[in-house]
Amino acid sequence: MEVSRQYAVQMHGITKMFGSFCALNNVSLDVKKGTIHAILGENGAGKSTLMNVLYGLYQAEAGEIFLNGEKVNIKNPNVAIEHGIGMVHQHFMLVDNFTVTQNIILGNEIANRFGVLNMKKAREEILEIVKKYGLEVDPDAKIEDISVGMQQRVEILKALYRGVDLLILDEPTAVLTPQEIDDLIQIMHNLIADGKTIIIITHKLKEIKASSDVCTIIRRGEYIDTVNVADVDQEELATKMVGHAVQLVVEKTPAEPGEVVFEIDGLTVKDERKLDAVKNLSLKVRRGEIVGVAGIDGNGQKELVEAITNLTRAESGTIRINGAEIQNTSPRNVIDHKISTVHEDRQKRGLILPFTVAENMVIEKYRSQPYNKGGMLNRSEILAYTKGLIKDFDIRPDNCESQPVRGLSGGNQQKVILAREISNEPDLLIAVQPTRGLDVGAIEYVHKTLIRERDNGRAILLISLELDEVMNVADTIDVIYAGTIVDSFQQGEVDEKTIGLLMAGGKLNENIRQNS
Amino acid sequence: MKTFVRILKKPITSTLIAILFGFLVAAVVLVFAGYNPWESFGALFKGIFAKPKYISNVIIKATPIILTGLSVAFAFKTGLFNIGAEGQYIAGTIAAVCVGVKFNFAPVVQVPLVVLSGVLAGAVFGGIIGFLKARFGIHEVITSIMLNWIGLYLSNFIVNTATYHQPNSTSSYAVNESSFTMLLPDWKTSKAGMAALKPNKWLYEMMLKTDVNFGILIAVVMAIIIWVLLYRSSKGYELRAVGFNRDAAEFAGINVGRNITQAMLIAGALAGLAGALAITGTSPHKISQMAAFENNGFNGLSVALIAGSSPIGCIFAGLLFGGLLYGGQSVQQDVGAPTEIINIMIGTIVFFVALTKIVPSLADKLERRGAQRAK
Amino acid sequence: MLSKLILLIGITLMYSTPLVFGALGGVISERSGVVNIGIEGMMTTGAFTAAAVSYFTGNPWLGFLAAGAAGGATALLHAVASVTFKADQTISGIAINLIGPGFALFFCRLLFDNATMTLPAKTLPKLFGESAFGDSAMKNLNVDVTVILALATTVVMWFFLYRTKWGLHVRSVGEHPAAADTLGISVSGIRYVCVLISGILAGFGGASMTLAIISQFTPTAISGQGFIALAAVIFGKWTPFGAYGACLLFGFAQALTIVLGGGDFAVPSQILAMLPYILTIVVLILFVGRSVAPKADGEPYEKGVR
Repeated sequence: MEVSRQYAVQMHGITKMFGSFCALNNVSLDVKKGTIHAILGENGAGKSTLMNVLYGLYQAEAGEIFLNGEKVNIKNPNVAIEHGIGMVHQHFMLVDNFTVTQNIILGNEIANRFGVLNMKKAREEILEIVKKYGLEVDPDAKIEDISVGMQQRVEILKALYRGVDLLILDEPTAVLTPQEIDDLIQIMHNLIADGKTIIIITHKLKEIKASSDVCTIIRRGEYIDTVNVADVDQEELATKMVGHAVQLVVEKTPAEPGEVVFEIDGLTVKDERKLDAVKNLSLKVRRGEIVGVAGIDGNGQKELVEAITNLTRAESGTIRINGAEIQNTSPRNVIDHKISTVHEDRQKRGLILPFTVAENMVIEKYRSQPYNKGGMLNRSEILAYTKGLIKDFDIRPDNCESQPVRGLSGGNQQKVILAREISNEPDLLIAVQPTRGLDVGAIEYVHKTLIRERDNGRAILLISLELDEVMNVADTIDVIYAGTIVDSFQQGEVDEKTIGLLMAGGKLNENIRQNS
Repeated sequence: MKTFVRILKKPITSTLIAILFGFLVAAVVLVFAGYNPWESFGALFKGIFAKPKYISNVIIKATPIILTGLSVAFAFKTGLFNIGAEGQYIAGTIAAVCVGVKFNFAPVVQVPLVVLSGVLAGAVFGGIIGFLKARFGIHEVITSIMLNWIGLYLSNFIVNTATYHQPNSTSSYAVNESSFTMLLPDWKTSKAGMAALKPNKWLYEMMLKTDVNFGILIAVVMAIIIWVLLYRSSKGYELRAVGFNRDAAEFAGINVGRNITQAMLIAGALAGLAGALAITGTSPHKISQMAAFENNGFNGLSVALIAGSSPIGCIFAGLLFGGLLYGGQSVQQDVGAPTEIINIMIGTIVFFVALTKIVPSLADKLERRGAQRAK
Repeated sequence: MLSKLILLIGITLMYSTPLVFGALGGVISERSGVVNIGIEGMMTTGAFTAAAVSYFTGNPWLGFLAAGAAGGATALLHAVASVTFKADQTISGIAINLIGPGFALFFCRLLFDNATMTLPAKTLPKLFGESAFGDSAMKNLNVDVTVILALATTVVMWFFLYRTKWGLHVRSVGEHPAAADTLGISVSGIRYVCVLISGILAGFGGASMTLAIISQFTPTAISGQGFIALAAVIFGKWTPFGAYGACLLFGFAQALTIVLGGGDFAVPSQILAMLPYILTIVVLILFVGRSVAPKADGEPYEKGVR
């Protein structure tokens, strides 16, 4: 594509290496002014890397960048900002114990000759932008106290405060409900109407179809194609993204649930600020059933899981497995009662990264025979056990039992955790955000595994912020809002919009229910 | 090239490079100050190896810091920074003196009694630190520093009490002889003993001119025990899990608070053992008024760092350290250069140990460049 | 009685001053995300340099400034290791604690005829002594000018950290260096400057010992003050005024032992000396709760690592 002023940005022939690893190989991108241009690719494809080069966080080994038809050299974020480029990162770059205002003005403060801050003026300027684009925020709140949705708006405000013309959004919809996604798309259109250009990095096919004009696909650091979004459907996009045909819908037979295995009754849990995060919540899971809990981040899911796994106190209510009450005992007791959990934060709670795969595999078993003889670890038994699981769960590389688990890819790390928890033969398997950060192949594997275990007669509780995942995988869908289960449906009973409404605290019109 | 890169990646290479830099920097400083580095290093080596009694004294000097080094290294492996080894050591000396002066059983009872009392005292000091962290979340660095000072003043206090104060001195009474852990102290000075030793000049000098004691044996054995504990036992597995990632350990059902306390109890016990063995094994077998810390615990910190927190490594790092500290005296005597050059050398070695992360990644770069050229 | 009380206050202020400088150094360094265990070593080089320069030039103020430079130079080592080489900051700090006194004593021997103490030198002026209050009880408030300097530095640092844009930058680098980086703030630049300042302040702390409290450098001039300063940083929750208060507490305890240890008090001086440390632990248990350091404290910053 030739260099021209009708393009807000053109990146030609970008190659980026990290050591000997090639993250981007001769990739090109041409974004027309006033469009919403999506960059599609799996996790690790190189989309974020490409944008980080554009934003000046990385320097490419080869290639050129043109802004509005002129060659530029973006050495660091300051230069990018000067050229009107703003970036909202996937993992928010916000200082938790600073206020919204402090975060927005950081690096761009209004100060006098001696550097003394003028916070009042800053607040005024911010409120002006808030009004102009409809981005609701509380300027004096601390980041650690506000919702994820508001945090994202703060990130967008950061860019707008600096007079951005080209806004890059990295995986912006990961933590939003259908309604919030609609709101975001509306905000994006407001920005386009104001003459701005938007690049959105994503692996969500639905959002691309709903929001973008053009889409560039990148796979494993290579440029694949650029298409007009209106001319293709989701299947074609998925095929280009992965390189082969992909099943977008999970295959499953209807559930045949047995008796109730796990029951929560009137559970109340307080959060870190002593407020009720879970309020009088009740749910049950039956043998051979997958119950999915759908909800927006921050509605009590975290505290619910912590109460079940006994990392936090339950203020009131009961949690029963096979009839035995396990609330307020200990994490060890929960495990002993045959509840296994795949935690959402695999690097913080699920794995000990410097430990080997084998050492991680036995972290719940090392005290019992045959892995433990008289206080000493039985290494041959532990290795044999691990080797078996590596084979059963196809963990790669297949001789990794004595390697530190941190060397494994995200997908394989998740497999280690799944293997470990499932081989406990639990009565209840809890999966929290089990496919976070995984590529399509790994996601497919995890879903298949969950369904297989369901068919083996296990009770499975799936808690996920990805509404699609819950709707595709779960047999029963419980909607959580403000710490309580507001409604419960069978798979296929209602559509996504309805659930989205409930997730946001709306009330169901009785007609909708009866007519589905 | 490949073997070179492989050698570079081994942790011991980084340590050896750090030691080399220590000598280099010391040489530069010596030259700057007008001393001949070769002469100075020569004096240093002579001061360590020239006479059997020197070697013996190096081993004796190394014994306590091998143990305090082990204490710090063990704590590091469990995720804790035991800067309180100094106070735990002092606690060990206090207990050893109190018990060793008050009681006078036969050696077969007395020695274990005295030594164990030191171990216990060190364990208590360590346990307090661990408990406060586990229960109240108080940073172990701050409680360690507090306990170090409490230990110092407690020691001075005991020295001055009527029961223990030796009149006309600034020290306590020495412990009863039955507590001594020297090697055959009576036999070696007896007629028969001296006659037996005389033919072997080496042995003669070592035994009679220094306080050869079996502290070093205990230190080596403890290093091995700690290694087995950490890497072969399930308790060690738990402690390391908590040290690496307490969130994951908690989630898997491990009792984090209990393990933190246990880790500090063990670490404290090791440092207390060092103190007790120093009292029983080396003259003057007593504690004295201290104006400042004697650094047995702080030196252990350096030993642990140079050893990369490896239990077996502490033995060698402790010996190295002991050699440098002891031999350093000769540098001043023979060449006139201030003994502080040794501190500078040791400090530089530790400094470069801090930088040693670079060596493996440099090795990676070399490897890649080699691979690219091969393409 | 009143004069004894005033004396107590005066000695408290004096003994806490070196601690205050050291602790403020710790605060600024750790706020930018670099752990500084080496305050003790930096104070020692400062203490020696102050005494030596004052002796040779006859000007204590020159000595004071030189001490800052010496502390800063020592801190440069720590900065290079921690920021450029991304080394383990704890180990680097400990190395400084060995190298600092090593160099101080080494040069002391060289310059002062192989002695390990410097010869007495001119000290910094005192305030509020007999010259100000004549013969009243207040004359016991005979403090050194460094006391005022320490308080002033505390106020300035507070203002800097919480009211200026550079303070905002420093704090952001210590809490979330990636966020600061994406906004164009130089993480290594800020850390270098903060570590350097921390060394300069520690140097001043050493100088307040050898140019005020005592009038020369000895091997035990700085023995543990750096570590107490570190404890004060943690105790004061990494804030300037918090650290100042903690240092006052420790200085007060020291003063108590001096004033009361005079004899007419039944409690042995060693027990008295232990009190501040026991007291600190008690206060920590009752009030302070979980220590919350700046989020990125102690972690070398690497781009692209999430």
